Amino acid sequence: MGQAENWALAGVVVGLLLVATAIGQVLRRQPQLGLNPAAVDAFNSRLQAWWIICCLLAVAFWSEVLTVALFGFVSFWSLREFITLTPTRMGDHRALFWVFFFFTPLQYVLLWLDGREDYDTYGLYSILIPVFALLFIPMRIALAGDPKRFLERVAKIQCGLLICVYCLSFAPALLYLHWKDTVYSERARLLFFFILLSLMSEALQFVWGRIYGRHVVAPEINATRTWEGLLGGTASTALVGMSLWWATPYTQLWHVALVSMLTAVMSFGGAMTMSAIKRDRGVKDYGTLVQGHGGLLDRIDSICFAAPVFYHVTRQLLAP
Amino acid sequence: MLTELILTSLARFLSGASIRWIGCQPDTCQRIYFANHTSHLDPILVWSSLPQSVRQMTRPVGAKDYWDGGRVRRYIARQFNALLIDRKEIKVHQSPVDVMLREIGTSYSVIIFPEGGRQTGEAVGEFKSGLYYLSKKRPDLELVPVYINNMNRILPRGEFLPVPLLSCITFGSPIWLENGEGKNDFLDRARDSILKLKQDD
Repeated sequence: MGQAENWALAGVVVGLLLVATAIGQVLRRQPQLGLNPAAVDAFNSRLQAWWIICCLLAVAFWSEVLTVALFGFVSFWSLREFITLTPTRMGDHRALFWVFFFFTPLQYVLLWLDGREDYDTYGLYSILIPVFALLFIPMRIALAGDPKRFLERVAKIQCGLLICVYCLSFAPALLYLHWKDTVYSERARLLFFFILLSLMSEALQFVWGRIYGRHVVAPEINATRTWEGLLGGTASTALVGMSLWWATPYTQLWHVALVSMLTAVMSFGGAMTMSAIKRDRGVKDYGTLVQGHGGLLDRIDSICFAAPVFYHVTRQLLAP
Repeated sequence: MLTELILTSLARFLSGASIRWIGCQPDTCQRIYFANHTSHLDPILVWSSLPQSVRQMTRPVGAKDYWDGGRVRRYIARQFNALLIDRKEIKVHQSPVDVMLREIGTSYSVIIFPEGGRQTGEAVGEFKSGLYYLSKKRPDLELVPVYINNMNRILPRGEFLPVPLLSCITFGSPIWLENGEGKNDFLDRARDSILKLKQDD
């Protein structure tokens, strides 16, 4: 029974992507429509990234281990981008070593263990970084003996670890969420649904902002994010979510609407926060993973912020 | 061959290097790549950032006292076809410049670090005179400045555990020794060519 819905959802995703790709190509070939070519290029490169994300994420339906490993690698790489842009000092070196080679892998190993029989690691991985890493990082930096701008350096490393590793890990954690009579493929579908919502909310905010955008939220931080985009995007994401109700485990329609809107608002907040950090450092993108595409973190900032909220609200809504 | 693949992939992964050729293109013509030096990974990294065909014709220069110490280092140095220079004992007709010129002949390129040793932090130190004497004896060689960014954070001096941040390697436009140019003027100009890449970064 679950299989049919998986294929249907996959069909919806591919259909949406094909439509969006067609629109992008039309816009690119028709400069007389008067749209800013830079914006069209940005849209097309974003779209390319979405194709890649959706193809990679299809692995979730086949292998749970590979999905966790995939997210672990994404966390690792985006943390590299984050710390690269953040000024640290020599004294932070050993602390950073632990952050990269201990806390990041451990978070994902604990997550994977949660799916094994006889293990329940939820209590551990949900506090590993916010408690243990939070205490460990300042301790290790203090031991290195460099007091200059101490609190600032500690905060930067903690912030990177929380956003890139802890928050993001709650997306694959959806694979280990339990509710009544659940089977693996339903949970994989829930993860796919969440990623789809987050990407859709980005796209819809972009479209609403382009067409009706008048009032920019914070021009110093991001000149393209408008109130109209946020409101229109959130409302239409809720509609998209509700139209996909059949693919989700929620029992009430308003549950889907609620998580969809929360995802849209958090995606917006994530993109704004990461923009603020980029503006402060005076750069446009976090990295150059693929030439001309910005970094990985530029693509997943919204997912990072939406994942823990989506996870915990869903956990409450589906609680037996 | 396998070791080469493993070591270059490891160096590339740990340094997450993006490579930019802004002043010239990869070429097998005889060149001297000169770079700033902050970590032990630098020679391997610059070498592995070259395309395979160029790499086979390029030898990184290393300090004999470091790369000759221990079997593992000796093995690695051999894998990279490294040109080892004795920093301690300098004999007549065996000066580093003579050794280098003899070893590269008329076909190989070299990667050198004219600061003479690793620097702490990101400052670029003063250049030793070797670069000047090299180009005085072989004025036909292209001198390509290379700026290695962020390696001082990835594997700083005095640390043995790397932190996998992202670095960037920039190849600038070649310079040559001008007719009648003095040693200090030339060395300053060479150093400036690296500093300029640092600014553009």
